[in-house]
Amino acid sequence: MSVKTNFGEYPVGNKDAIENFHGNQLVYIAWDNHLAIGPANVFAFPPEMSFSTLTEEVIPNIIGAHPDFECVDWTTATWVLDGEPLSPNMGESLIENGVGHKSLLRFKTPGLNGYQGTGN
Amino acid sequence: MAKKLNMRKRYEVLTRGLGWEPTYQPKEKVFPQETYEGIKIVDWDKWEDPFRLTTDAYWKYQAEKDKKLYAVIDSFAQNNGHLNITDASYINALKIFIQGVSPLEYGAHRGYANLARQFSGEGAQLACQMQSIDELRHSQTQIHTLSHYNKHFTGLHDPFHMHDRVWYLSVPKSYFDDARASGPFEFITSISFAFEYILTNLLFVPFMSGAAHNGDMATVTFGFSAQSDESRHMTLGLEIIKFIVEQHEDNLEIVQGWIDKHFWRAYRVLGLVSAMQDYMLPDSPMSWKEAWDIYFVDNCGALFNDLGRYGLRMPKFHEQATVEAEHLSHQVYTVLYQFSNAAGFQTTVPTKEKMDWLSEKYPNTFDKYYRPRWEMYAQMEKEGKRYFNAGLPQICQVCQVPMCFTEISKGKPMDLSYRVSEFNSDKYHTCSDGCKEIFDHEPEKYTHAWIPPHQIFQGNCGGAEISDVLKYYNFNPEDGGEYHGSADEQMWKSAHGNNDNNSDAKESV
Repeated sequence: MSVKTNFGEYPVGNKDAIENFHGNQLVYIAWDNHLAIGPANVFAFPPEMSFSTLTEEVIPNIIGAHPDFECVDWTTATWVLDGEPLSPNMGESLIENGVGHKSLLRFKTPGLNGYQGTGN
Repeated sequence: MAKKLNMRKRYEVLTRGLGWEPTYQPKEKVFPQETYEGIKIVDWDKWEDPFRLTTDAYWKYQAEKDKKLYAVIDSFAQNNGHLNITDASYINALKIFIQGVSPLEYGAHRGYANLARQFSGEGAQLACQMQSIDELRHSQTQIHTLSHYNKHFTGLHDPFHMHDRVWYLSVPKSYFDDARASGPFEFITSISFAFEYILTNLLFVPFMSGAAHNGDMATVTFGFSAQSDESRHMTLGLEIIKFIVEQHEDNLEIVQGWIDKHFWRAYRVLGLVSAMQDYMLPDSPMSWKEAWDIYFVDNCGALFNDLGRYGLRMPKFHEQATVEAEHLSHQVYTVLYQFSNAAGFQTTVPTKEKMDWLSEKYPNTFDKYYRPRWEMYAQMEKEGKRYFNAGLPQICQVCQVPMCFTEISKGKPMDLSYRVSEFNSDKYHTCSDGCKEIFDHEPEKYTHAWIPPHQIFQGNCGGAEISDVLKYYNFNPEDGGEYHGSADEQMWKSAHGNNDNNSDAKESV
């Protein structure tokens, strides 16, 4: 369906086109089974940033406050990128790992299921 | 002397006798928005205004009401009424109201003024004109009522500026903008029917009964003053739907589509109300779930039984909203709690009494899913690490609520709900089937959405640091964050003589 108008075609636009982010791309990241941390977070990263920057800097900054954080073992973490399983190559960039503009990256940490195992 | 006409006659003269057929220009050029949505009106004279209100009666009646309201506001201010509420934390509900709802009244004023111009039927023009004036009066009387609180509490100083910029206020703003950017028949279906008829009690009851339960007599008086207008708007909303559907058989499917869409849009806005109702009122008259059962499940169930004879059915995804009723306020308040460092109100972990009340009102969900979350946050606060999320939240492309909703109807209340659409080879994320369907129906519209965190990253919100963004919002540093230790709490304690610092000072004197 398209938008009905009385002035012809509805103007095509995309407020969040990648060109608007000064060389960065948007990435959404969420830690499953830890709802106390909140909704997925949104970031603007250079597509060339290495995947390991996520696990070494970005994600700890967000989830570091959670009591489960000290038990996180990145070698056993499982990842889902835009609905498909992902085995990230830590040394490669986001874009080489298939993480594109507005990709949703979710991870699980086996054995860690939130505060007192409640998913929080 | 001319014979005095009775009310019905006067109404007829005003609404059936004042129109004319244009001859200088074709009618479709005089009323350019009336047909493009596909709605067919065969006979505008069938428009029935159940109140038959005429302009002279309107002015007289409203002036009397306003006189009473302003007398109460004056005496409230003179008697320092703000000190007689249950607790200063209650004011956080009023902040959400003035920042989130009062600007909608103003938006409605503009929307109905446009309809008064765009509809060619005189009855509809007059009804829309009066509703437009009502809405303007409501935003003004709300501002006047709350201005007394603004002298004593934070976060109330610039609601209209905030409404246009702040992340959580983009939820109500984007809904109204969506309706106002539609054609006239979609706007009136959205605001008069989906919002004012189906859902308005769910907005007004918690705020106005909430005010009564918390000693806020100023807001109660405003509520009474607006109530008679609201019931007129509701009745009108219902008449409008019946009128449109009865005019032509082609109208039914279009109107049903709008009811589906705007029910879901308005319902998502009410997520903020649910959080305020269950968590921010120190003394809550009823839970969100109780209000939903009465005002939606019972009342709207009966309404749509009646509307069945016009071919209308319950709004799509209403089952989803009912299933969510045991989770909604907890999920939305979590977001407000963890991002209130960037908000124009303060939040805090519910008290023990409040948690027990929540357990009682939500026996199936609170202790199992949400109490542990609050206990975890309470523990963190005790350790001096009050939790605030260190990043920006992912936001739904349609409702613009941070994506905190879960797969409740799939039996997975602790799995976040994600939906995504592709359009012109870009991804658009939505929070639910309801929002995804709205996006997929008119993707060209929603790709223009002004998503607050994305705008921050694009550099359009004052800068990259949180302090820059707060300045852009015109928030003061003391407006947001944790309620305990806030300027509002300090003021309250010192006004009631139980401020620790104060008593120390007295002793030393």
